[in-house]
Order: sequence, then C-alpha cells, then structure tokens
Amino acid sequence: MITLKINGLDVSVEKGTTLLEAARFIGFPVPTLCHMDGLSAYGACRLCVVEIGEGPKAKLVSSCTYPAEEGLKVRTASARVLKARRMILELLLASCPQSKIIQDLAASHGIRQQRFRQEYEDCILCGLCVRMCEEQMMAKAIGFRNRGEKRSIGTPFDIKSDVCRLCGGCMYVCPACQLRCTYNEPEKAICGACANLTPPCIEKEQFDDMMCYMDPCVACEIEKDK
Amino acid sequence: MKTDTVIKNKDNTHAGKEVDSKDILRILDKHNEDRGGLIAILEEIQAEYGYLPEKSLRIVGEETGRSLVDVYGVATFYRSFSLKPRGRHFVCACLGTACHVRGAPRVVEELEQQLGIKAGETTPDWEFTLETVNCLGACALGPVVVIDGHYFSKVRKSRVGQLLDEARKGFDTIELGKDKRIFPINVSCPHCNHSLKDETFAIDGYPSILVNVSSDHKQGWLRLSCLYGSYNFASEFDVPTGLVVSFLCPHCGVEFPSTSDCSVCAAPMVPMLVEGGGIVQICSRRGCKNHILDLV
Ligand code: FES
Ligand code: FES
Repeated sequence: MITLKINGLDVSVEKGTTLLEAARFIGFPVPTLCHMDGLSAYGACRLCVVEIGEGPKAKLVSSCTYPAEEGLKVRTASARVLKARRMILELLLASCPQSKIIQDLAASHGIRQQRFRQEYEDCILCGLCVRMCEEQMMAKAIGFRNRGEKRSIGTPFDIKSDVCRLCGGCMYVCPACQLRCTYNEPEKAICGACANLTPPCIEKEQFDDMMCYMDPCVACEIEKDK
Repeated sequence: MKTDTVIKNKDNTHAGKEVDSKDILRILDKHNEDRGGLIAILEEIQAEYGYLPEKSLRIVGEETGRSLVDVYGVATFYRSFSLKPRGRHFVCACLGTACHVRGAPRVVEELEQQLGIKAGETTPDWEFTLETVNCLGACALGPVVVIDGHYFSKVRKSRVGQLLDEARKGFDTIELGKDKRIFPINVSCPHCNHSLKDETFAIDGYPSILVNVSSDHKQGWLRLSCLYGSYNFASEFDVPTGLVVSFLCPHCGVEFPSTSDCSVCAAPMVPMLVEGGGIVQICSRRGCKNHILDLV
C-alpha cells in the first residue's frame, strides 16, 4: 500500500494506482476527456492536470498517467491547476467548438469567452477511438497516421479496413462526434445511423452479428417499430 | 581521367516495378532474428522499389504479426519513407532554419522551375522526385541539397542546373584521381596465390580482375574493376540483382573459401589476397556493395 496526501487528506492506495483513480476514490472530482475506464491511459488531452510537490519544485502532471508515489502531495484544484485547465479547455474549444462534450466541460469550468480562432476540426486526436478499437474490439482497424500538423486518425490507405466490423465503438467514444453525421460514402463511413432514416445495417444482412454501440440506434428503433 | 569502358553499375529501380512477394519475404527472412526491426525492413523495401508499395506493407504486416495500422503508422510517420513511387533520381532540399536563412527557398524555387514540378512531386518522365526536409543535420554547410544520397553543401541558385545535369549522368561514374578513396589494388587467389590480374581487358582504364562465377549450373567469367571503391564490372552472362553467386579461381578452379557472411545481406563474403599483404572481401550477392579491406 502507498500512502499519499491529496488536497491535505491521507489516502492509501494500491501500488500502480494512478493519481486520477486515487483522487476519484476519495471523492475529488477531476475532469477528463481522453480517459475511459477499460482503456489504457494515454495522456493526450491534459485536462486531468493536477499539481504535485511543493514550493518551487511543484509541477503540473496529467493525473491519468501518473502513478501514486509514497508521500506525494497532490493538489487537484489549486489556482495553478484551475488556470491551466481553463486554458486547455479554451484551446480544445477553439479546435472543436461544435463538440457538445467540450462545450459542456468548458461551461462547467466557467469559460465565458473565446480568445482563439475557431478551427472546427473534426478530431482532437485524443486517441479514444484508436484504443477502443484495439483494446475492447480487438480489431486494430484504425490508428494514428503521419505526424505533426498532418497527424490524423483513420484506416491505412484511407480505404475500408479488412478487420473493421463496423461495430461503431469508435463513434461511441468520440468526444468530437463527427463521424456519426457524415454518412454519405457507404464504403468509408461506419454507420451514420443518425443521418439516415434507413441506416445501412437494416438492409445488409452482414451487419447481423456485429457488435453495435449506437445508442439510441435509429436502425434498431425502426426494426422495433415494425 | 575518363572511364573508357562504359558499364552501367547502378540498377535503377524504375517506378512501377511489380511487387514480388518473394522479394519481400527474402527481406523479411533476413530480419527474422530481430523482431523489432520494422524500420530496417521498411528501409530495405524502399531501397528495393524506391518507395513503399501498398502490397508490401500488407505482406510485412501479415508476416511479422503486426497489424497493418502499426506498419502504416510507422511508414507515414517518417519523412524518409514514401508511399508514392519516386522517380529515378531523388532530390531532397533542406528548408530547415539554418538553410532557410542562407537562401534555401531560392534554391528550391530554382529546382522547382528547372524540373517543372513542385516540391513533393515527380516529373512526368519519372526522372526526378523533388522533396524538401526540415534539417539534415548539416546546418553549417547550408543550404544543403541531397541528390541520390550525395550531399552538396552551400548550394546556390546558379549551381542547380549543373547538379541536375550531373545527376542525370549518374554520380556513380568513377572519375579517377579526383577521389582519394579510389585506388587500384592487385589481388590473387587465396588458394593458389596466382594473380587474378587480366591485362587483356580493362575496366576504368586499368587491367581488370578476372574470376569465374557460377550459379545454377551456369559458369562464366566475371571481370571486376581493380579500383578499390569502383563497382564497375563486366560479365559473360547477365547475373540478376539479388542472386548469390560463387566465385572460382580461373587458374586452380577452386572456389574462394568464404569465412564470414555479409553484414548487410547475409550472403557469404568472398575473400581475395591483396598484393603487399592483406585481404579484401566482397559480398557475393549481385547488387550488394558491401566490402571489407584488411591491410596488414
Ligand atoms: S484524461 Fe488525462 S490526459 Fe486526458
Ligand atoms: S537546416 Fe539544413 S541542414 Fe540543418
């Protein structure tokens, strides 16, 4: 067992526990975006920053990837943390202002202004879908490509992947949620149920034994009505 | 000095060469021991085809147990890998900070104008591919331009035309006397110690080295340049690239006893005695340029 101090309270956690898990365990809320139970920690969004250490040595770390250490002093809501978090949210909001999830997070952190140019990206590269596809769906159909500015997520060669089962898991976890609404090329898009009154999975029988994460799913609703 | 025997020594990979899964499997085989060597594998495939064909990436994924996503991710991450076919000559101009302030943009402009393409494109006749990079690690020499693996420093706009002309002719034509790393050696058979010098046939203007080679029941002579550093040769029959041949002494008929394997392609290395003491070893695979010179 490891004992550490979170916001002045002593907590004992098992070795290997992350600061995020420890903080949530004793009830301190830490906002997250790229973290999801059941998927490995990735540390992409930095929204879960906390401050560790003391005095001039204090620093900001992402709590979802930082393992608990004996005697560590953690602050989850110091002025520095809140300021950093607000900045991160403001930047996220600028890159993806249409995302409901990011809008809600920004609103709950009291962000009332937008100082940066809005980019309307459809991806914030949080990697949730990549991890979902690999770790829960065991498919590895999508992944990161290129690097730097050109980094993007998608299938190799931008064609439908042989290992993709059209489960929709990637859309289910996506905080930017764009893919759902772009169903126009059946070969590429995954389902697009929400944009289609007759989603592809209703007609094609090969969708039958696919795991589907759409919730609510238009296709299933239509089936039910019949 | 001019070369008087014109022998092509560079196997130009022309764009559009068919992907042969056997070639890919051969490359994979070589890297079988170190499972981590994805980049090395991709580099070799790129050396073979000039780019990374889609089919080759799929084979690499299947054969090494990696998912296509991972292979593709690595292939697109590095600037030196290309998923598009490249031309016969690859021109790479540095646009890094140091080269930039020393006038690289003007050099690139000139390259683009003379080739009639934009950076990242290939000329319609598949002769040149032009690309830019951000720093080649030789900032003090900027602006740097690399053509077919040859580095050119302090390149100015006025030099571009000349460089492209040289590239068309091929940098691998040996110009003796200009390069100190190139010098003639006399070699002899490690078994009977008979000199292999052949005065009747000149390569690079020097008496050639005569050996017999055999592969698949075919036997024939092979004449190598005696210039250390020159890869020019002439042979009786066409040896396909990638083929491993055995080298025999034309005098005693004994095969040169190989004692080690090529560190690049794992084919046996062929030893020959150097006059004055020493051993030179050359790789027995056609197209592999690995060689070792040990002087005593
Ligand atoms: S939740 Fe920790 S970095 Fe995204
Ligand atoms: S900037 Fe060109 S080599 Fe570094």
